[in-house]
Amino acid sequence: MGYTLNFNLIWRHFDKLWGGLLLSLELAVISIAIGIVIGLVLAVWYVSAGRVVRAIIAAYVEFIRNVPLILLVYLVFYGVPTVVDLAYSAPTSFVLTLSVYSGAYLVEVFRSGLEAVPRGQLDAGKAIGLTPWQRLVHVRLPTMLRITLPALSNTFISLFKDTSIASVISVPELTYGAQWINFNTFRIVEVYLVTTAMYLVTGYALLFGLRLVERRFRAAR
Amino acid sequence: MLSQILYALPFLAQGFAVTLWVSLLVVVLSLIAGVALGVGLVYGPAPLRWAVRIFSDTIRGIPILVLMFFVYYGLPAAALHLQSFWAAVLALTLFKTAQVVEYVRGAVGSIPKGQSEAAMAIGLTFRQRLTSVIFPQAFRRFLPPWINGVTDAVKGSALVSLLGITDLMQAINQVIGRTYEAMPLYILGALIYFAVNYALSYASRRLEQRFAFIRD
Repeated sequence: MGYTLNFNLIWRHFDKLWGGLLLSLELAVISIAIGIVIGLVLAVWYVSAGRVVRAIIAAYVEFIRNVPLILLVYLVFYGVPTVVDLAYSAPTSFVLTLSVYSGAYLVEVFRSGLEAVPRGQLDAGKAIGLTPWQRLVHVRLPTMLRITLPALSNTFISLFKDTSIASVISVPELTYGAQWINFNTFRIVEVYLVTTAMYLVTGYALLFGLRLVERRFRAAR
Repeated sequence: MLSQILYALPFLAQGFAVTLWVSLLVVVLSLIAGVALGVGLVYGPAPLRWAVRIFSDTIRGIPILVLMFFVYYGLPAAALHLQSFWAAVLALTLFKTAQVVEYVRGAVGSIPKGQSEAAMAIGLTFRQRLTSVIFPQAFRRFLPPWINGVTDAVKGSALVSLLGITDLMQAINQVIGRTYEAMPLYILGALIYFAVNYALSYASRRLEQRFAFIRD
């Protein structure tokens, strides 16, 4: 028995996919924004801290990096509210998880970026009489951000793909929309073809856009 | 609470065995397919190179979850009926293969051109150049990222729980469904995944240091 492609039902419910895509992007953008703050604070703290703080930050990074994201999503959504008196919606819970998740990856990115800032720049800052805080804000961080920009955009694109995991706690993002159409219309091949194309086009559009930004801000060699 | 968890341990161990079995299958199958396609990407004729490039860029451009649903729900439409276990293994293997292709391309590409020119100068055939000169060196560049990628396979295997396969993730959810002890069980599960993956990434880092002597 053959299978005949019929995209009509997909277009009729296309708002599920389109709205899902927008929500996926929104989740990724909010999460990386919070993740950048977590990553920056912990990376700056790490390079100037003592052994104990370093060990705690390293433990956070290693723990998050070695546990499946889906387990962290379950843990925050189903686990945490049983021990803490907190109530939050599924999207909030997912953003929280993805922020902590991306934060762990970004600590590593920023830490190696901070170490890659040439020593001479910091000495020059000291020589013209900048305070340690001024050296951090005006010398070290700007140079570090230029160095880490490529890694930052890769992290963002991979977070965009990770938002598909939000479907397991019924956040209506793109993968959830695809499943909804799958289960309600049974146009299985069609819906996943369209969804695949949407992820690919969005992902590569982000990649090219971010590469342009990187070229504009490339670190001076 | 503790007694309930102790009671559930044998059940969790069965799930853990499934997680390891899925991961092992994915790692071995993707290694074979990925090395073959990776060599094709570097040395193959143009049509093959294009085919592998499109395969790799497409697979790596979509979420692994979408790929898994596509394979699981979509294959029967192509008159292919796989058990959910094998559909999940197939999807994860496709995903991992695309990564292995890139590790191979990176490793082979990192070997200086002078090496294969020198091999050509002493009269080695193409096959001899690969097996005696390029591959032994590329192997050391390939190993650390590949082992690190094995941790991704173990983490990715948790997604098979969504197809109703009772791996460690699914076993944990089922025990929680009976005991309502969500937090302790999720933390226990996280620690088990952590132990396996941390050991793997530690091995990867050690190997990277061990092979750091290779210079261009």
